[in-house]
Amino acid sequence: MQCQRCNENIASVHLTEIIKGEKIEKHLCEECAKDEGYTIKTHVSLQDLLSAFISAHGEASDLAETTCPDCGMSYVDFRNEGRLGCPNDYEVFREALDPLMEKVHGTVEHTGKVPSRAGESERKQRDLMSLRRQLRTAVERENYEEAARLRDLIKDKEKTDGIA
Amino acid sequence: MELRELATSSSEWMRGDGPQAGVVISTRVRVARNVAGYPFLKRMTPEQRHDVQEQIRGVETELGLLGEPVFMPLDTASELDRQFLIERHLISRELAGNDGPRAVMFSPNETISLMINEEDHLRLQVLRSGLQLEDTWQQASGLDDELERRLDFAFSSRLGYLTACPTNVGTGLRVSVMMHLPALVITRQIEKVFQAIARMRLAVRGLYGEGTQASGDFYQISNQVTLGRSEEEILETLSLTIPRIIDYENKAREALLRESSSLLEDRIWRAVGILTHARRISSEETMTLLSALRMGLNLRLVKGLEVSTINKLFIDTQPGHLQMVSGRELSQEQRDVLRANQVREIMKIGENGN
Repeated sequence: MQCQRCNENIASVHLTEIIKGEKIEKHLCEECAKDEGYTIKTHVSLQDLLSAFISAHGEASDLAETTCPDCGMSYVDFRNEGRLGCPNDYEVFREALDPLMEKVHGTVEHTGKVPSRAGESERKQRDLMSLRRQLRTAVERENYEEAARLRDLIKDKEKTDGIA
Repeated sequence: MELRELATSSSEWMRGDGPQAGVVISTRVRVARNVAGYPFLKRMTPEQRHDVQEQIRGVETELGLLGEPVFMPLDTASELDRQFLIERHLISRELAGNDGPRAVMFSPNETISLMINEEDHLRLQVLRSGLQLEDTWQQASGLDDELERRLDFAFSSRLGYLTACPTNVGTGLRVSVMMHLPALVITRQIEKVFQAIARMRLAVRGLYGEGTQASGDFYQISNQVTLGRSEEEILETLSLTIPRIIDYENKAREALLRESSSLLEDRIWRAVGILTHARRISSEETMTLLSALRMGLNLRLVKGLEVSTINKLFIDTQPGHLQMVSGRELSQEQRDVLRANQVREIMKIGENGN
């Protein structure tokens, strides 16, 4: 197909625009597309994917109601902020995030580097996170005795886990 | 160390003597990590952020990974300091613009930079001159291993390293190659190259990363995919693609020389003319003209100046650097005058050498 604008080059940019309810198709070569101000996106942003994903799933799904017990983040928060609240969100919002990550990366399975102390640490990570959350609540409620107890517990845990 | 002292020196990556230096400015490897047991940045209290900052700083000091590093908290840094660090690629725009406790630690030669509390708790960056994919990655990975001896990073066997944004999860690895592609821009082949790059699932960005405009014909090519591919596979995609782009650029330069040498020479010598005589010049115009001059030097149409001198001038003429060297804030007009003076001084060296 030839470019509709210059009638010289081969059209390689194909666009469909809806203007006032009317569908207009355009077939342009790269040069003319550039001249008319169309830039070819070289990558899709996360925000684009997120909005596409939310509209596909609808606001009324269970997902909209789900909140992470660790960090208090809801899926709506994630959509608005574009960033997750804590590592546990990957499990809490798994149903939504897996397809999203598949779109971005092609697969949802890590095949790269593994830290030397992986595995043993996953549960400990969650325990520590939970303790720190309790500590925060205790401080907020001005329950200083409980806060002191939790602080010692966290210190002990960090030591036995070999975290400096 | 005072930042002002840095302003007159060159970073390792500006040297312009790395492999493929004619087209490739630098290779950057960035690894995203989060300290286990803490929420991600958006859900952290200032105390927690301070904790994480001190943990990372403590481990670095204990292990001495960065030699005698510069440590700089950014929540108390001036706007000029932050601007200056961005221009040198030591911190990202995001780290500069965030709120709350956050910091940067970098090695004296500016090759290694640890950004603390950016989008993730830790962004480890290694930046080197020219095309050095394997060596840059090995250095970054070695540093990551060392840090991991003392810090637990958030990791799941299914998804790898867990990051605040799902676009970085897995390896947490972003490899970017900064390329100078003036001939592909002049011959209008750059869009075609971008499309080929996108098919390889690589991304193209401007000089200062995400969301920034390409200026001075500089483009950053980086991997988009971080999950489901190993670090080696990610590096391989780039080590297959980048040499082809270098080849296209060199071919486009040769074709220009062969088929429209007067056009090319005119463009380069006009740039030399303005740079030699201008009394006021904007940052944007400087970038464009230096880009033409740099290509002229690469093609040996212009002699008497080193490419490394021009690489440094690209950075030295940015607003933050001009103000840092003068030691005070300058209006735009003052900057334009100062910039023109600085460029003319350098061009004099070229004239004497010719």
